[in-house]
Amino acid sequence: MTEVPGTVVCPGCDAVFSRAPLKPREVSRCARCGTELYRHAGDQQRRILPLTVASLIMFAIANLFPIVEIELQGLRSQTTLAGAVLVLSREGMSVVALLVLATTLLFPLMQLCILAYLLVPLSRERRPAGFAILVRAMQMLRPWGMIEVFLLGVLVAIVKLSSMASVVAGSALWAFMALTVLLTAVLSFNPNAFWEMTFRPPGESGEPGREAA
Amino acid sequence: MSAGQFQAPDDAEAPMATASALGLLACPHCDAVWRGAAEGEPCGRCGTHLHTRKPYSLNRTWAFLIAACIMYIPANLLPVMITRTLFGAQYDTILSGVIYFWVSGAYGLAAIIFIASFLVPLFKLTVLILLALLAQRGSSWRRPERARLYHIIEIIGRWSMLDVFVVSLLTGLVQIQGFAVINAGVGIAAFGSVVVLTMLASLSFDPRLNWDSRQEQQQEAERERREPARDNREHKPA
Repeated sequence: MTEVPGTVVCPGCDAVFSRAPLKPREVSRCARCGTELYRHAGDQQRRILPLTVASLIMFAIANLFPIVEIELQGLRSQTTLAGAVLVLSREGMSVVALLVLATTLLFPLMQLCILAYLLVPLSRERRPAGFAILVRAMQMLRPWGMIEVFLLGVLVAIVKLSSMASVVAGSALWAFMALTVLLTAVLSFNPNAFWEMTFRPPGESGEPGREAA
Repeated sequence: MSAGQFQAPDDAEAPMATASALGLLACPHCDAVWRGAAEGEPCGRCGTHLHTRKPYSLNRTWAFLIAACIMYIPANLLPVMITRTLFGAQYDTILSGVIYFWVSGAYGLAAIIFIASFLVPLFKLTVLILLALLAQRGSSWRRPERARLYHIIEIIGRWSMLDVFVVSLLTGLVQIQGFAVINAGVGIAAFGSVVVLTMLASLSFDPRLNWDSRQEQQQEAERERREPARDNREHKPA
């Protein structure tokens, strides 16, 4: 089998197009079904690592501090995300606990860690061990991280509670808001582009990462 | 138009050069395009197994869809949240929660929960069943609109997790013994499974099947029949 360079196949409808160079911020879409084919890499590669690090810091704050605190008849109660998961699993709702744990804690954290692990050596144009598997894992985790849905859930829960108790937003709530914004920027990055980065390093003659197919 | 076409793109219904017709195989993970690659052969760049279409796409989609439809019933009938206060226990299903907020005047909140927890899962199930049925028959009916519907359900599907998060957070937070305790009901587990199953169904559905004619589908079925052993070995359920 031989590679056909300069060609792109639409993942949504199988139409074949030839790759055209894009201007910055341009996105190429399939003419038939509108699926995104590829986008201009731009300076995203430089921006994405600092954004990932910022996300990791926000992620730590969001999970270490209480999200909300309620006060009812002089009694206080507060919870973190992990605390809510623990209560759920104690109540015999371990399936739901696992689902919440995976979609709001494990998967986003894994995504961020994999990104950081891949990006640090890539800035020196080296490919870290396990590159192929990790890029694929990134791709698979993509639909399952749901921080932004969780944030909306927190807001709905606060409104629900405000009628029966006084509710104080904790510092983690602000961290979750910042994290949602950061993650939107970080995860708009398509993991497929990792393969383009190692194969077409700007201004490099010998392609270091390439192995014989 | 930023990508050059091999054929005029003006009419979306016009036949287009497709990879399967040209004998090309594209890698789903690294976007490399290969000529002369056999079905199931690993991609020369990233090692992913190459397939013309996702293997057993429709079978898997149907399996997830049927399971989701079954779970949809307990998800809506069983209580998702149990509130115990000094005055007794209150059992809330998804719709009774919506009605409660609507009656008490919180229209915005009622609308958000109604859309995310009731309309979105229902819309998703209906659209996926429609897409799978039409793809199975190789129908050419409104293909661009079907492609757009698939894009929409891919984007909105995750938002129905909203109620699961609300209930989990309330359960974790409201644990003031003697005054008020909120417990999660069995319904929320069923509801969560509906969301996950519909997401799995839309992930296993191959949108390219929308565009295949009946002829191409028969060829594909033939190909699957010819190499069943290989497919079974390489595609364990995720």
